[in-house]
Amino acid sequence: MRIPFEHRQSAHCENGVVSNLLRFHGMEFDEPMVFGIGAGLFFSYFPFLKMGGIPVTSFRTMPSYIFKRFANSLGIKVKSQTFSNEQKGMEALDALLEQGIPVGMLTSVFYLTYLPDAYRFHFNAHNIIVYGKENGKYLVSDPTLEGVTEILPEDLQRARFAKGIPEPKGKLYYPVVFPKSYDLNKAMIKAIKHVAFFMAKTPMPILGANGIKYLANRMRNWPKKLGPRKSVLWLGNVVRMQEEIGTGGAGFRFIYAAFLDKASVILKDEELFNMSKELTAIGDLWRAFAYEASRVCKNRKSDTVTFDQLADMLYEIGKKEQILFDQLFLWAKARL
Amino acid sequence: MKKEEVPQDTDNLNEGKLAKLYYATDEKGHYEKLNSIGWEAETVVMRQAWDVVHENIEAAKEKVMNGEASPVLFYKEQNIMTYEIIAGYVGTLSFIVWLHTKPFFFNRLSSKTLDKYAFAFRITREELMDITKFKDPRTAATENKNV
Repeated sequence: MRIPFEHRQSAHCENGVVSNLLRFHGMEFDEPMVFGIGAGLFFSYFPFLKMGGIPVTSFRTMPSYIFKRFANSLGIKVKSQTFSNEQKGMEALDALLEQGIPVGMLTSVFYLTYLPDAYRFHFNAHNIIVYGKENGKYLVSDPTLEGVTEILPEDLQRARFAKGIPEPKGKLYYPVVFPKSYDLNKAMIKAIKHVAFFMAKTPMPILGANGIKYLANRMRNWPKKLGPRKSVLWLGNVVRMQEEIGTGGAGFRFIYAAFLDKASVILKDEELFNMSKELTAIGDLWRAFAYEASRVCKNRKSDTVTFDQLADMLYEIGKKEQILFDQLFLWAKARL
Repeated sequence: MKKEEVPQDTDNLNEGKLAKLYYATDEKGHYEKLNSIGWEAETVVMRQAWDVVHENIEAAKEKVMNGEASPVLFYKEQNIMTYEIIAGYVGTLSFIVWLHTKPFFFNRLSSKTLDKYAFAFRITREELMDITKFKDPRTAATENKNV
């Protein structure tokens, strides 16, 4: 069976799943809107928290927070289930499909056979929608792809019940209660204030704009501390987190600028549009940083001069983001 | 990023399966959606990550051949897993999985535990136990020459 479902591509999986699921239920939200109202933008660098021996760098909030915040601020109720029994988890999916409900779910990228091999690492928080089952295959709408695709039940089961951190445990979710009316303007301004606060005002040195400067300062010492091989690997990891699938370019900065652009049109606010342009400029600096960093990675030479220059670029970005989100915070505060 | 700056580098790792969505601006600074087939900078760092994976696989292969490690280590690297992930499938502690990468402990495993490892790596128990395939054809050739 096949549920009539319109697939649209997005840059990031979580935004795309929310946007596509809501469109099915008659609510039209574009990806940047979901990302903006879900307050997805962030920066954090955890020198003590390592994955595969490399410190975690993140350009966004925690997985599944975007959907949570988005649904809460508009009054959408989402039903979600996890399963300890794999068989029951697959049966529950089939039952929902029988009822004609497209279902969002958490999966591990490693087992999604339709993706290019190069992307298939163990990342356990990828969101996809299953909207039917035909000829013994599940019909999949993966928002990062241009079109729909399909997957074998055993692969889907593996992907849904992958082990590791975090364990998806077959998590399924779908919206059930929709608000009759909501205050979109207020939701947007509140979300902007939230993001601006966490970017500009957190006292922790590793979070928000401070985190970017902190990473810049740490990066200066990498060649001395880690040696050439490791420092290049760590640098490559930062760029990967920034540019790999799902960020829409420049570590979500462009998606967020697109949201500010949209919000400025809805709110008819010229000031907000100027800040969107400023964030676009910052995004371009991120891209320039990624480009230079990738050249360092390619040459596999890590002389301190280059790392110093890269750190300077990052520090500059941190300073600019600090100023921008300070402005954005004041802007939102004055309007709430 | 302006619309005309969206990279379209053909040297990428997407196998033609993927054209990522980007957000880029028009001349007035408003955003539009565009697809990009690849960007050199991203491809470089992804290759870098995969090079490490391949190096680890080769190193593990060597160790298994020399009898310093059990096939568990090889399949761990081949599936890019960590001890924690394997432990999740096998239902034990990651320390125990680490022990099982040593031939001394691996050779004493029950067939039940071996089946669990085989399940984790999506292979059969026979494939898991078979270490003859780790023999590098090059070393095999030189051995023959010596004889």
